[in-house]
Amino acid sequence: MARATANAVDVIAGTAPGEPAGALTRTEGHRKRRVLRRLARHKSAVIGFGIIVVLIVIALMASFIAPYDPIGLSRNILQPPSGGHLMGTDNLGRDIFSRVVYGTRVSLQMGFIAIAIAATFGTAMGLVAGTYGGFVDTVLMRFVDALMAVPGILLALTVAAVLGTGLHVAMIAVGIAWIPSFARIVRSLVLQVKEMPYIEAARSLGSSDTRLIWRHVLPNAFTPVLVLSSLGVGSAVLIGAALSFLGVGAQPPTAEWGIMLSEGRQFMRSAWWVMAFPGLAITVTVLAANLVGDGLRDALDPRIKL
Amino acid sequence: MVTRYIAGRVLAIVPVLFIVSVVVSLMVHLTPGDPVKVMMGQSGASAEEIEQIRRDLGLDKPLPVQYVRFLQDLATGNLRSIRTHQPVVQQYLELFPNTLQLAVVSLLIATVIGMLLGVVAATHQNSWLDSFSMAVGFLGVSIPNFWLALVLIYVFAVSLNWLPATGAGGPKLLILPAAVLAMEQVALIARLIRANMVEVLQEDYIKTARSKGLQESSVQWGHALRNAMLPTITLMGLNFGYLLSGAIIIETVFARPGIGRLIVEAILNKDFPVVQGAVLLTATVYLLVNLLTDISYSLIDPRIRY
Repeated sequence: MARATANAVDVIAGTAPGEPAGALTRTEGHRKRRVLRRLARHKSAVIGFGIIVVLIVIALMASFIAPYDPIGLSRNILQPPSGGHLMGTDNLGRDIFSRVVYGTRVSLQMGFIAIAIAATFGTAMGLVAGTYGGFVDTVLMRFVDALMAVPGILLALTVAAVLGTGLHVAMIAVGIAWIPSFARIVRSLVLQVKEMPYIEAARSLGSSDTRLIWRHVLPNAFTPVLVLSSLGVGSAVLIGAALSFLGVGAQPPTAEWGIMLSEGRQFMRSAWWVMAFPGLAITVTVLAANLVGDGLRDALDPRIKL
Repeated sequence: MVTRYIAGRVLAIVPVLFIVSVVVSLMVHLTPGDPVKVMMGQSGASAEEIEQIRRDLGLDKPLPVQYVRFLQDLATGNLRSIRTHQPVVQQYLELFPNTLQLAVVSLLIATVIGMLLGVVAATHQNSWLDSFSMAVGFLGVSIPNFWLALVLIYVFAVSLNWLPATGAGGPKLLILPAAVLAMEQVALIARLIRANMVEVLQEDYIKTARSKGLQESSVQWGHALRNAMLPTITLMGLNFGYLLSGAIIIETVFARPGIGRLIVEAILNKDFPVVQGAVLLTATVYLLVNLLTDISYSLIDPRIRY
């Protein structure tokens, strides 16, 4: 029998202790609506979500919103913000507002794709490790531990060192850095579900292992993976910008917020606007993503009153 | 019992370190293209010179031989930078104290501020002080640290000219970098202290202390905080990873000598031996710190034994 104490998986999956997470589909729709209602009451999460939506729209409509070509040079070098250039121009005469707008595309891509990579591979690893256990589990988890032995950005930097610079490499690098978190959560969830009585029952009725995974484990894995993903997107955007800032991620002349900061640094004294706006853009994006992630986690935690 | 636990934890590190060392030593071969050519870059080395370097580095030998040789070189100080020909281990050990200094100072700052925020938030739960404290912390994890560093440099070094911006040396040069690094930790520490204090304050022994007539401040600081601090010790160990990651960026922005900067420059220069050595050493340090934290935690709280 499963122990009736709340553990981390219960918190993230939003189940009461001892309750099989999501096994009864009849109540699942009811629970999703309840979660959405709780989420709507979480004011900061709603604001964060709104900001993210706006950012996605900006990213998609970049070519319509940006007044200038983001990599188009001009003679108006280092102009302060004005009517013609809302955020001023940089040292090559490029319009900063347009570059910030196009940068939204790059950063959001980084956030979503890196986390998608991490979620896919991490979940797969966690599923396999948890389901098969034994030697497979040990080997896989040692690999995960090895990944975790190298702290966050250092891991991303090392991957970038090997595979080369560039935005796509950076996405892979950040994704790899986040795989351990997904793998561990999914594995612990699988282990918890494995102890549930209905798994015994299903197995005694002749269900194969793969069928068990698909029908019982995966639906339960969805919630914690979703929470972790939303918490991870903000971090991925941040690390991606950091990599570009260091010169390892996206490369010039791409309009990307991290690059804009590192390029704008030398003009700090004379042209504060070159540094101010990209930095603000990163902050707003990460803040919004973190708000949504936090809100989602709180909404799914049955112990928190909303 | 305790020694068995410690022995178990130490043994668990060995396979992880093995995997990390194997990956690190052989990672040069994951580079698209010829590793030696990548390392030599644009230096215009002739085909003969490239082959000579390949033989010198032992890259033409079978992989297991390369692995053993890598470990030997690391241990004997023969692992050298491609650029400076300095032994990697020696360089690392020379620069490590700088990074450690930065990490310790910022951890102290973060703990003090974090504890204040956390206690205030917990004792004034759900008031505006609570929200404010948590919001400050939240902002701390959303602002990109490289941007905050640049902003602080602009405000304090460029505009106000109070503090020097770059380099290493006395306490004045430490303030800004440590402050930026501390910012990220503050949120984590404040949140943890708040959560733990809230739980602890509801415990029975707190009621007992109050009914004994103890002053409220003594109750809060003496009894509650002491018990709430236990998980914080673990957090400090985990924080070490964040500290290292943060140090990498901060050292680069503030041009401080340290292992962070060593690694970034090595990566940008494609100086693989330095990257390999530094990553392996850093991972080892990180694993050891985690081990120490686990052990000390199990010593402090006798309930945690395996």
